[in-house]
Amino acid sequence: MSTLVVVSMLIIAFLAGVEGILDEWGFHQPLVACTLVGIATGHIAAGVLLGGSLQLIALGWMNIGAAVSPDAALASVVAAYLVCGPAHVSTAMGIAIAVPVAVCGQIFTKLVRILVVKLVHVADHQVARGNLNNVSWLHLTSLALQGLRVAVPMGAVMLIPTQLIHTGLDAIPAVITNGLAVAAGFIVVVGYAMLINMMASKALWPFFFIGFALAAVKALNMVALGVIGVCLAIIYIQLSPQHHDNGTGGGSASDPLDEELDDLDRELEDL
Amino acid sequence: MTNKQQTPRQLTRGDLLSVFWRSGFEQASWNYERMQNLGFAYVMVPAIKRLYPDKQDQIEAMQRHLAFFNTMPYMQSTVTGVVLAMEEQKANGASITGDEISSTKIGMMGPLAGIGDPVWWGTLRPVLAAFAVGLIKGGTGLLGPAIFFFGWNIMRLVFRWKTQQLGYREGTDIVRVLSGNLIPKLTQGASIVGMFIMGVLVPRWTTIYFPGTIAHVYVNGHLNRLTGQGLLDQLIAWYCCTGVDTGLFLASQTPGKTALADYCVIYYRHPWVLVGVTRISGLMR
Repeated sequence: MSTLVVVSMLIIAFLAGVEGILDEWGFHQPLVACTLVGIATGHIAAGVLLGGSLQLIALGWMNIGAAVSPDAALASVVAAYLVCGPAHVSTAMGIAIAVPVAVCGQIFTKLVRILVVKLVHVADHQVARGNLNNVSWLHLTSLALQGLRVAVPMGAVMLIPTQLIHTGLDAIPAVITNGLAVAAGFIVVVGYAMLINMMASKALWPFFFIGFALAAVKALNMVALGVIGVCLAIIYIQLSPQHHDNGTGGGSASDPLDEELDDLDRELEDL
Repeated sequence: MTNKQQTPRQLTRGDLLSVFWRSGFEQASWNYERMQNLGFAYVMVPAIKRLYPDKQDQIEAMQRHLAFFNTMPYMQSTVTGVVLAMEEQKANGASITGDEISSTKIGMMGPLAGIGDPVWWGTLRPVLAAFAVGLIKGGTGLLGPAIFFFGWNIMRLVFRWKTQQLGYREGTDIVRVLSGNLIPKLTQGASIVGMFIMGVLVPRWTTIYFPGTIAHVYVNGHLNRLTGQGLLDQLIAWYCCTGVDTGLFLASQTPGKTALADYCVIYYRHPWVLVGVTRISGLMR
């Protein structure tokens, strides 16, 4: 591996770690992280494919309130490095490895989140002295810590000789690797169920079954199904009496409202 | 105080943009003590520098923003907008106390997170991701990840900027906008698309393998094995996937019978448990 590849791998890992806490640009999402690793190592197709598979596993992973989900950032970069890097592990093995690595990453981010409490206390003192710029730096320091908590383990994995990776992975009993493969599959289904759980209400179940029935029509690709879904939503909201009963906010409220709905339509069309 | 009213202090467009840019780093110092407190203070720094030339006022303002805060990160822009408007009024001598600003923050963060979490994390991201993965499976290469990345960030940045401006413009009147029927419409619209797409994904992308042989049947001297998978394939094809999925859903919904729901959460949070479970149940291939 050339120096350029190593450096870009570390940058990607750092970015993924940063995004693992920020949840903004999406560099920690498997689709993006694995694709970037694929580009860096020159095995784009393998990276994209692995990213797609891992994204399905991570579909329901979200940080809500104080709950921390399994870490997609470390899982994505490590698995993608093993699959796209010099070790050329199989995609199935990469997916299986991603699951325990995500749990490790979850522990790392929790540790950093505890560590940052100290920095916040320092920030308290700095504010009391009126050093506003130092507050900004402390904030960015904790961001760097979150980046390093992925970049350092990634660097450690890259130090392992290819031969040793193969010996190590071969030494894992089939029970564990198969079990992890099943676990990965199971997590996808549980993730779906949790997402449905968040969205479902009695009135909305018919939409699930319309989608279910249309899924059998193989000629309809995701673009077509997306258009159908968005149109169904718009039609339902226009017709639903639930949204017309309490329209007593006055005439002024309806203008920004329609505008916002149009915005939503446009945003959804982007999908 | 009266002197201040002669030259009204106002946030420039540059300040608003700076706050907007910093909002993208809000969660960097998320911690287990006061969660997004330092993040919110970090976002407010340019505005506080502009509005309070006096050092003591700056310290006071920063200290109130270092209090506990936590919401869904993208919804923070709405709160920030409202707080910017309040701080501006306060700096110009309006009778707004620091406590009022703090309680406005606390009052908004919960309800906004309640909308933001299911819509952004629970619906928009999975639907967009599923769409992108669908493209990858269709063999379009980099198009899927690109659509995911750009689609997500365009939505996110537009939303953050618009809601920050909305909050800044409306100030505490934002309550009127939030209590209107716009938000239920948006939430329900997103949920409908989400439910529809999940309905599509369950049969298309999940498969369940049933191991084991039910019976050995000899037909004209040839051994035919009647397997569970074969039987199910003939009878209900992929409909059993929905059965399991709906089962998990119902399990996580049923009040009282939480044992199964707990197992679901355990599987979800601790994938290692599954290794043991699958070994016992023989679900393994």
